[in-house]
Amino acid sequence: MSFIRKPKIDLPGQIRNEIGLLKRDYEGVLSTLCAGCGHDSITASIVQAFWELSIPPEKAIKLSGIGCSSKTPAYFLSGAHGFNSVHGRMPSVATGAQAGNRDLICIGVSGDGDSLSIGFGQFGHAVRRNLNMLYIIENNGVYGLTKGQFSAAADKGSKSKRGDINQWKNIDAVSTAISMGSSFVARSFSGDKEQLVTLIKAGIMHPGCAILDVVSPCVTFNNHPGSTKSYTYTRDHYHPASQTDFVSPAREITISYAEGESKVVELHDGSKLLLKKAGSGYDATDRSRVMRYLEQQRARGEVVTGLLYINAELPEMHRIYRTSETPMKDLEFEKLNPGSEALAKLQARMR
Amino acid sequence: MSEIRVNDFVLKIGTVNGTGSASANGMILKALFRMGIPVTGKNLFPSNIQGLPTWYGIRANHQGYMARSKKVDIMVALNAQTYQEDLENVCPGGFLIYDSTWPRERQLNRDDITVLGVPLAKLCNENFSDARVRILMKNIAYVGVLAALLNIDTRLLRTLIEETFASKPKLVESNLKAINLGFDYAMENFTCPLPIRVEAMGDNSKHIMIDGNSAAALGCLYAGATVGAWYPITPSTSMMDAFKAYCKIFRIDEETGQKNYCIVQAEDELAAAGMVLGANWVGARAFTPTSGPGISLMSEFIGFGYYTEIPSVFFNVQRVGPSTGMPTRTQQCDIMLCAYASHGDTQHPMLLPANPFECFEMAVSAFDLAERLQTPVFVLSDLDIGMNDWMIPELEWDDSYRPDRGKVLSSDEVEELEKFYRYLDVDGDGIAARTLPGENAKGAYFVRGSGHNKHGMYTESSTEYKDLVDRLLVKWDTARTLVPKPLLKPARKETSLGIIAYGSSDGAVLEALDILRDKGIHADYMRPRAFPFDTEVTAFVESHETVFVVEQNRDAQLRSLLILETNTDARKLIPVLHYSGMPIPSQCVVEGLCEHLCVEDVA
Repeated sequence: MSFIRKPKIDLPGQIRNEIGLLKRDYEGVLSTLCAGCGHDSITASIVQAFWELSIPPEKAIKLSGIGCSSKTPAYFLSGAHGFNSVHGRMPSVATGAQAGNRDLICIGVSGDGDSLSIGFGQFGHAVRRNLNMLYIIENNGVYGLTKGQFSAAADKGSKSKRGDINQWKNIDAVSTAISMGSSFVARSFSGDKEQLVTLIKAGIMHPGCAILDVVSPCVTFNNHPGSTKSYTYTRDHYHPASQTDFVSPAREITISYAEGESKVVELHDGSKLLLKKAGSGYDATDRSRVMRYLEQQRARGEVVTGLLYINAELPEMHRIYRTSETPMKDLEFEKLNPGSEALAKLQARMR
Repeated sequence: MSEIRVNDFVLKIGTVNGTGSASANGMILKALFRMGIPVTGKNLFPSNIQGLPTWYGIRANHQGYMARSKKVDIMVALNAQTYQEDLENVCPGGFLIYDSTWPRERQLNRDDITVLGVPLAKLCNENFSDARVRILMKNIAYVGVLAALLNIDTRLLRTLIEETFASKPKLVESNLKAINLGFDYAMENFTCPLPIRVEAMGDNSKHIMIDGNSAAALGCLYAGATVGAWYPITPSTSMMDAFKAYCKIFRIDEETGQKNYCIVQAEDELAAAGMVLGANWVGARAFTPTSGPGISLMSEFIGFGYYTEIPSVFFNVQRVGPSTGMPTRTQQCDIMLCAYASHGDTQHPMLLPANPFECFEMAVSAFDLAERLQTPVFVLSDLDIGMNDWMIPELEWDDSYRPDRGKVLSSDEVEELEKFYRYLDVDGDGIAARTLPGENAKGAYFVRGSGHNKHGMYTESSTEYKDLVDRLLVKWDTARTLVPKPLLKPARKETSLGIIAYGSSDGAVLEALDILRDKGIHADYMRPRAFPFDTEVTAFVESHETVFVVEQNRDAQLRSLLILETNTDARKLIPVLHYSGMPIPSQCVVEGLCEHLCVEDVA
């Protein structure tokens, strides 16, 4: 089997978005992942988010590394150029793509092995450059394609399908990203589509590197009792720290929250993120309190989800570099080439 | 009194790293250049920031020979640590100049050379008060000494100082004072000029002095490259430094102050390669300068670029390997690595510049070829070309040049197609059209390093896999017709002997050909300037009984590549190897041929 083209079926009652596209216009080829894989739910959420935001598919690029998660860009946005790179190196390709054309809406899909083991360095540097992209880590704690080895995200004490107990402390993408100075860090669960779609939308619109760690159970190798990345475990320990609403620039904020219970973060394009605080008074803009809270919840074994940290003011790569607003690839050659006279003049100094 | 020798000598200056001798050495080089004398400057420096010995060698030669010569005629020894070594290196009849503030008459003693002591430190201590200035001026003072001894035009030195310190008039004064201190001392105490001396000759106004890394950077600028991704590594670092410097002059928008370039210092070479592919994929011309260890790290992405057909330009400024090797020494040791870099069946076009002039030209060609062929292209220079000072003909630019972007379909062109298939070769040259992200959903395709078919879809079908990799061979044949042609220098007499060399070995071969001719040995010389080899290279190998393959590595890599690619009888290819880390001198070529031909080398 090479691939299966997804039949485009016209169903009555489908809704068109602001640019007249149906949800199916944001789909890709049929997934070849296992039935019930959490990754497929994330794919569906990506489709939903792009459709809701009315982004023309061709304005987006989708990149990935290697692994089950990294296969998924083929399953959404068939109208966008895709790049399935080498293992753990998606961020560098995204950096180059952003350097070459800053107008593209960039979504990177990676996994826990891809980003927290082989690609840990590149993950860190995408955060450090605050690369303007949505960086999704589809986190299942195992290597699926090589049949069930623990990944660096597997919790200590978690049990593998074969019965081994993981001896190593996990690397947590969320706290790592926050400690590295990330401008947007969120965690979600593939089983909570409502929250996931909102966070994907917020991440796409965030003007910087939006890290979205999504617990996405592997039904084949990591969904058994004793696993801390299974559907059951995640549902039992699922703990939203805050609720986020995404409000596009054209719309008024109509939902009202009691004073002191919500916070509005405005993004550069005028869209707004409405952060509703949970009972604990969680504030996603207070970095040190966020870190303390995450540490407390980690000790309790809770899977904290939601938009966990945001600073929309941190400048992204191009703002720091002061690169031309016109994408590099669109700069006219006449602007780039100084010409023969300049060359002659320059060489006068080389004598 | 020895015989007078005009405009033909090697001057070597031995100092301590970090004492600021570079500007003094540059001044001598430029003064000779402006007197119209063909000249080259080679740096021999340690992998160190401060304190270790460093040398600068200047060869002036009226015949225009550019190769390093092992013979040192005049040694300026300013580093007591290396006195013994420096003394030994002077050839009979030569001169050694040292700082006699601390006399070393017994140590610096050789019957067959002349030792000239100049109390440089003493002169500078008496005339300058600041400690750092004293050290710096000691360097300038030896320029004055050499001016007197060699008959260098002091007016030129004055002009050079005025140009260098145009914005700091105070420094002009102190530098001139230091020149005069050295000059006057030499005039008073020695018979000036020495029998080895210079005289103004010819006209160098159509030439420039430049290093290969600067020239390559200039090529990138003129080719319209906008994205540079790199990780610092000797000896390629100065290429990105130069690119940045040129961009600051030519690529800052006057109105907005925004940059029309984007240089990313990557976290490592793997990332640098990924960035280059990413940028080229979206349609920006992007490159990376690196050296051997960087290529090792980039290899996974290089194979990816080959298989997914993404244009990209890799400059490999070669240094001594294996492993870390000797980072500040030169070799031609990566030609095999680059030819087939990465796992699986891969092969890559390489451009092989022999000097900074070709670095400039080939940098431009590399981008055109990469986009035309949609594949990674290497420019293989080395430390000798990249970091040393070469005299080359003035660079020229044709303003009618426009980049060859290759087969890139515009949004409108995609619209006219019934369907777009990324890897479909419609005209038989092995190259399929690509589209750029951001333009048309109909032209969207999925880049993948896993098996894919001509439609750009994932495949595990043997037929579809073979279909695609076989097309890449067709493209390889197209590449052969597009890369720069080899250069042939026929012997004056018909001969069955041939020499093949590439890159920085060129200068040594050209000089050796003249020396050999005087011995009655005639050889045709071919210099391949690219890989895949042109059919002319195969024909050259076939039409000569014996072909000497001159190169700077231990394992005769170019020879191996010729055997593999030309299918010739390996026994007729005779290796002539030089791999000490120093640039190859002509003697090596002469000796290599003479030894094989059983001719006594009387050079």
